Formats: sequence, structure tokens, C-alpha cells
Amino acid sequence: MTITMSSTLRPPPSKVAPLAAVELKNVTCQFAGSGGGTYTAVSDVDLRIEDAEFVAVVGPTGCGKSTLLNVASGLLEPSSGDVLVFGKPLSGLNRQSAYLFQADALMPWRTALDNIAAGLLFRNMRKAEAEAQARDWLARVGLRAHADRYPHQMSGGMRKRVALAQALILDPPILLMDEPFSALDIQTRQLMEDELLQLWSVNRKSVIFVTHDLEEAISLADRVVVLAAGPGTRPVAEFNITLPRPREVSEIRMTQEFLELHTAIWQVLKKEVLKSHAHAQG
Amino acid sequence: MRTPKAKPRGPVAPRSVLHFQIILLLGIFVAWWGLVKLDIIPQFFFGDPVGVMQRLIKWFVTGSIWTHLINTLIETMLGFVIGTVSGLVCGLWLALNPMLARVFDPFIKAANSMPRLIFAPIFALWFGLGIWSKVALGVTLVFFVVFFNVFQGVREVSPVVLANVRLMGANRRQLMRWVYLPSATSWVFSSLHNAVGLAFVGAVIGEYLGSARGVGYLILQAEGVFDINSVIAGILLLTVFALLLDIVVSRVEVRLLRWQAPVQAQTVQAQTVKTPAGQVQAVQA
Repeated sequence: MTITMSSTLRPPPSKVAPLAAVELKNVTCQFAGSGGGTYTAVSDVDLRIEDAEFVAVVGPTGCGKSTLLNVASGLLEPSSGDVLVFGKPLSGLNRQSAYLFQADALMPWRTALDNIAAGLLFRNMRKAEAEAQARDWLARVGLRAHADRYPHQMSGGMRKRVALAQALILDPPILLMDEPFSALDIQTRQLMEDELLQLWSVNRKSVIFVTHDLEEAISLADRVVVLAAGPGTRPVAEFNITLPRPREVSEIRMTQEFLELHTAIWQVLKKEVLKSHAHAQG
Repeated sequence: MRTPKAKPRGPVAPRSVLHFQIILLLGIFVAWWGLVKLDIIPQFFFGDPVGVMQRLIKWFVTGSIWTHLINTLIETMLGFVIGTVSGLVCGLWLALNPMLARVFDPFIKAANSMPRLIFAPIFALWFGLGIWSKVALGVTLVFFVVFFNVFQGVREVSPVVLANVRLMGANRRQLMRWVYLPSATSWVFSSLHNAVGLAFVGAVIGEYLGSARGVGYLILQAEGVFDINSVIAGILLLTVFALLLDIVVSRVEVRLLRWQAPVQAQTVQAQTVKTPAGQVQAVQA
């Protein structure tokens, strides 16, 4: 894996709006409900993620955050509305994106190395070359010595690292992340967040990072989008995160600026969480 | 390295389990022998263990058993292999074609629920009295067991893993090789232990109904002259070979399913592992 210089340079600002990496226009997702009716998970969502932008999406648990990611990845076709990827309407799976799932998505019957090399082999790369690149990525996520381990022989944090390498080795311009670190303990989680930021800063991709953890969202993202309580969720507010980069997640959380942002966003998010709670209580 | 105070993993040391098993086996034979000798059960109908052993030894010393045994084993192996492969292929094929699966559903259920041994006479007419009518019977028995397991296995593939691999750009063929087949493999193996037994049933019942050689034929001949010791000797012989085949399946299973968390494998491993050093090896292997 070579990192070209050009990819680390930001495009010069121009008058013409550049193509968004992902753009959701009027996206609505309805599912068949259990009682024969329909359940609207997402309604009339407009969301634009610029090229090389790190966007965190926060919202109450179960509000439909993952649904948005599934739409962006092409795994789920919206009931109505358009999905544009670099200006082109998305049909089928989004081949420009990699998806980091909340649950374990590694193939349990393959070793760490095979799991990472898989995507390259699917693209008909020669086995030796794919494995060499996979080894390189294993080293980058700090698992050089664990190439031959099966997923069940690794800890949750190690599996997430493999999953991260598996996604990044394909060098997709768009990275979709669905609460990828929520199952990890707090120390491992902060390590992984730092690691993600570091990997991302080398080769800036467009990231949609879904989480319910506001601190995680602020420490990682350029922009935080707050979603309303479900059903029929939609963005209710957006905050630009102007914290300087590079960031160290454990330290940045102590700064005044961070706390102010946290307070401001929490004001909005809290209302939605309470609504969601009230809804759940019936 | 052997630590003297190695504690067994389970409540009972694996070795004493084996001891109890041997004692139980010997106990059964002694009880059988005693009951017959004391005339509590008639020797004419129940034979006696000593006679059975003598019969077995005679079979092997004279070598007369080999032609029958090899015949039965060939039928069993063929039925097992053909049934497993066809079950695997059909299971994968139908599981990946939901439309087809729905069309075939009632037919498969009907074919599965009918007593398939009833086909033995038809197979004898179709394939003659040689090995192929027995193989066919074995196949019909093995096929469905494997088929249903594979079908289930493919449907139980983790949707997250599947979505992930699809998003990584796998095409249909690659999905099959990287996801469906390995996922179905664990289900196939859980069915193969049953399949081994069923392949033997197919072979022996087929021989029983019409053949010129085979262990089933031998048993039928012996039954005809009320030679109960030979009947029991034949049954014992079949049992031993069914067990051996089952052990082979288990060995292959352990090799192919290395990737599985040793939750189920633990009890199996605990029996073989004797030293703590060995335990570490077994877990990491």
C-alpha cells in the first residue's frame, strides 16, 4: 500500500461547489411493521458529506442511524429519495465505500491475514501480492505477530483492528462506520479512536461515523449531525467541530472548547433522548 | 513438561472415564455370559460371548470374512460419499435459489418423510443385486440428512459477515467459496456422524434383501440356520467399523473446523489432553 502525496493534499477551494462524497436527498425508509402497518425509520433526510470530511452522526439509541448507513452503502434501498455518490446516483452496492460494522463481521473461518487480504483477492490481485499488502496493514494496526490467528483467538479490540485494516486496505474514498467501537472497553476504545484518527489523517477519506457517544463524536469529527428521536428520524442540528488537528482523544476531552461544544450539542441531543425515552415508555 | 499437581479440567479425570467405560463394556459381556451359562436366558436365542468371539476369530483366521467385509465397506463408503456430495451440492443450490426452494419444498418434505427403505426392492430391480442397489439405498438415506443441514447452514450465515464480504466486492462464486461453503461445512459435519450410520444401514439392509456377498448376506445366512453366534458376530463387526468410520469423520472435522471457538471441542480435547503443556498446545492449535 503506497500513500500518494496527492491524496494528502486538500483540493484548493473553488467557487464551484465540489461534488459531495455522499449526498442523501429526501431519503425516506419505511419498513413493514409487525401489525401490518408500516414503520417509518427515516423520513425526508437530506445529508451531505463532503469529500475528505469526517462526519459524526449522533442520536438516541434505535433512532435509525444505522439505517442511514445502510442506505449510503447500498445494502438498503430507500423507499423514496436519492442517494448520490460523488454526484452519481447509487445503484446496487456502493463500491466506493467500506463499511465497519458494529457487530463482528470478520469471516470466523479465516485467519486475520486472510480476512484482510480477502478484498484484494476479490479484485483478482495475485495472492502473494495481496498477502504482502495484508501483512503491511497488519503491522500498521499493530498486529504483526497475529497474522495466523482466527477471529475467536483474538480479543474484541484486536478483531476491530483487523476489521479496520480489512476496510482500509481497499483504499475506499468513503468509510462508513456503525458504532464500530461501542463493544470495546473504554481504554481500548480510546486507543482505537486515536488509531483511527491517525490512519485517517494520512489519507483523508470521507467518513460517516455513527455513534450514540457524544464525546466520541466530538473528538473525532469535523462536523456532528444530531438526529431526532425515531420513528421518522431526520437531522435536527449540525455543529462544526473546529478543534485543532491532530487530536489526541483522551486529552482533547479536557479542553474548554470541547466542553463548550459538548454542552451546546448535548442541549439538543438531550431533548431527543428524552423524547425517545418517553416514546419507548409508551 | 509435566507438572505433578496438574488439575483435570472437568470434575472427573479423563482417564478414569476411560476406565469406567472399559469396566462397563466388560461388565456387559460378563453379565451376558453369566445369564446364558446360568440358563436364565436361552443360549439358543442369545448366543454366548465366547462362541461369538470364537466365530470372529475363525472368520479372520480363515480369511473368509474379508470378501464380505470389503464388499459392505465399499458399498457404505460409496453411499456415504455420493450421498454427502449430492446433499451438499443440492443444499447449496436450493438455499441460494429461494424461488426454487419454495417450488421444491413440498416434494422434499414428502421424499424425506416417506420410509425410504421401502425403495430397496425397487433399487434391486433397477440396479441389480450387485453393489449399486445398496449404494443407491445408502445414498437416499444419507442425502437428506446432509441436504437439510446444508440448507439450514446456508440460511444461518451471519448476515453481517455476508454483507461485509459483499461490500468488499465478492462476486457470486467468491461468496460461495469464502462464505457459504465454510459456513455450511460446520453444519455438514454435524450431520456426517448420522450419515455414517445411515450409509451402513443402506448397505446392510440392501444386502439383507438380496445379494451374494456382504456382512448383511452373512447375517441372513446365519439367521437361516439359527446360528445366533454368527448373527451377533456380524453385528459386532459392523458396529466396530461404523465406530472407526465415525472416528475418521471426527478427525477430519477437527482439522477442517480449526477456526471454531473450542466451546464444543473442549470436551473432546479434555479427553485427549493429559498435561497442562498439552492443553496450551491444543487451544492454540
